[in-house]
Amino acid sequence: MITLNVNGKTHEVDADPATPLLYVLRNDLKLNGAKFGCGLGQCGACTVMVDGEAVYSCLTPILLLQGRSIKTLEGLGTAEQPGPLQQAFIDEQAAQCGYCIPGMIMRAQALLERNPSPSDEQIRAHMNAGLCRCGTHMRILRAVHRASKTMQGAIPGAKRA
Amino acid sequence: MLNNRIIEPPYLATASGLLNLVKHTRPWNIILVLIGALAAAVAVAWAMGRHTSSASAGSPHPGPDASYDQTLVAKGAWLAAIGNCNTCHTASNGRTFAGGRPLSTPFGTIYATNITPDRETGIGSWSASDFLRAMHQGVDREGRDLYPAFPYDHFTHVANEDVNAIYAFLMTRDPVRAKTPANRILVPRPAISVWKALYFKPGPLAPDAAHDASWNRGRYLVDGLAHCGGCHTPRNALGAEKEREDLAGGTVEGWRAPALNEASPAPSLWTAEQLVVYLRTGFDAAHGTAAGAMAPVAHNLSSVPEAEVSAIAVYIAARMAASAGARATAAGNAPGSQGAAPVERSARGDDARQADVRPAKDGDAIYRTACADCHDGGRRGIALGYSSSMTDTTPANLIRVTLDGIHPREGEKGELMPAFRGALDDTQLASLIAFLRARFSRAPPWQDIGGEVAKAKRERESEDRKSS
Repeated sequence: MITLNVNGKTHEVDADPATPLLYVLRNDLKLNGAKFGCGLGQCGACTVMVDGEAVYSCLTPILLLQGRSIKTLEGLGTAEQPGPLQQAFIDEQAAQCGYCIPGMIMRAQALLERNPSPSDEQIRAHMNAGLCRCGTHMRILRAVHRASKTMQGAIPGAKRA
Repeated sequence: MLNNRIIEPPYLATASGLLNLVKHTRPWNIILVLIGALAAAVAVAWAMGRHTSSASAGSPHPGPDASYDQTLVAKGAWLAAIGNCNTCHTASNGRTFAGGRPLSTPFGTIYATNITPDRETGIGSWSASDFLRAMHQGVDREGRDLYPAFPYDHFTHVANEDVNAIYAFLMTRDPVRAKTPANRILVPRPAISVWKALYFKPGPLAPDAAHDASWNRGRYLVDGLAHCGGCHTPRNALGAEKEREDLAGGTVEGWRAPALNEASPAPSLWTAEQLVVYLRTGFDAAHGTAAGAMAPVAHNLSSVPEAEVSAIAVYIAARMAASAGARATAAGNAPGSQGAAPVERSARGDDARQADVRPAKDGDAIYRTACADCHDGGRRGIALGYSSSMTDTTPANLIRVTLDGIHPREGEKGELMPAFRGALDDTQLASLIAFLRARFSRAPPWQDIGGEVAKAKRERESEDRKSS
């Protein structure tokens, strides 16, 4: 058994230590925000946060995660009460098909928690690791800029559901 | 005629130069100007009749200047690529050659200058002899000493004809107006003359008759224009390369630039052929990927004629092979016959190093669950026993690649490894690094892996602070 702390809750997981976190999140914990995209750490759809850093959950074995703090999309808010970054993505209509968006949001959240007012260049460099096939990148960038303004002084996680 | 033009471009005797004069001249002077323009037009027509390829119709350097011989410009382009000029003289997201990139040195921050032909902020008003003097003597147009961050200690070896080709190439680029930020450096400019008196040895290198033309061309490029020693030679307290440790390995932007002499840590001795592939594509299957500050070098060399890269490879391969015995001691490997098998040994059991037993055990599990999928069993990733990151004197490169991965140049194909920053905490990373060292090299364990991890992580924090 491996103990995982996800969105502030503790879970005992009965899985091989080599199992990627993504499978445990989706199959065992029924947290389906993170998506399986490439399975190779290249597209970013599976991105979650571990100890405040954006991490590819498809590549990260749960062996590494005992006692560490995991945050997924579900930890930022709900459909009824979206968190400020989620709200910014809604306001900018940054999702088209939406498949990449949970990963984009978690990657942006990691940036904003350590650097509340990043420059455009820093946002672009940081978000570079996420792919969007619909081409909504400009809206995603606008959403991150918007959230950076609305979240000023209110992070991390003051509005958590 | 052609050479004269390169030394002193005919700034004023050009049609649009005269137009500029007309714009800024009082009416009663215009008539004189028009007479001049007529004379110039006759002169240009005469010149075009004689040298169609060198006809000049532009103002000094407002854009591609047809007065330079295109073969010379093309040669200058590849020589500038060998010199890696664009890497230092281009700011991140800036225009090529427009300068502004900060270079951190132990003595402060120096900003690379604008070397586009803009007359105000670049080198547009520099003559070819000004440029030659800067390359050979390390002084600017006004004769002031330049900081040796500009590697004139190497460029002084570059032949006049090659410097002139680079000049022709730079002068035919688009001028970019971009003022270089002021340096923030503790060393006053007059102190440079002391540095020069101590360490700067101007002049060409004498060819070595004991070696063939290819080796000599290679040494000429490596010691001169390519200034490989700028990163791959250790520096003394005053920032000068240690002459007796030529290419013995140095540090650049936090990365280790491995030794390129007999102390090369490469588990499998480089052949010249492998070096050509590595230098022109950024990857060789028996050695790995050009990462960190080496990535732009390989990208530049991809545009250079193969014969030039071959010469570099012949010389470097010869330097690495100089002493197989010394090499074996330095890398801690079996004597390096060509294509020697990479080291791979078990960290479990008798040969595990005692100090590393606990980290090795944790590191082994991390390797098996997080790394082996790609790096073991002949799958996508390079077999780590081939990587000099495992065998070098510091874990700097192994840590940086693990944290940030390897990424192809924007918009291009290339080797890719995902970043593991965040997936591994500092303790896990240190255990993994210690394990990899024990498993994939015979060299002694690294000291202070934790310190190197902390150093690598601080680099990103200072990046974050830059514009927030």
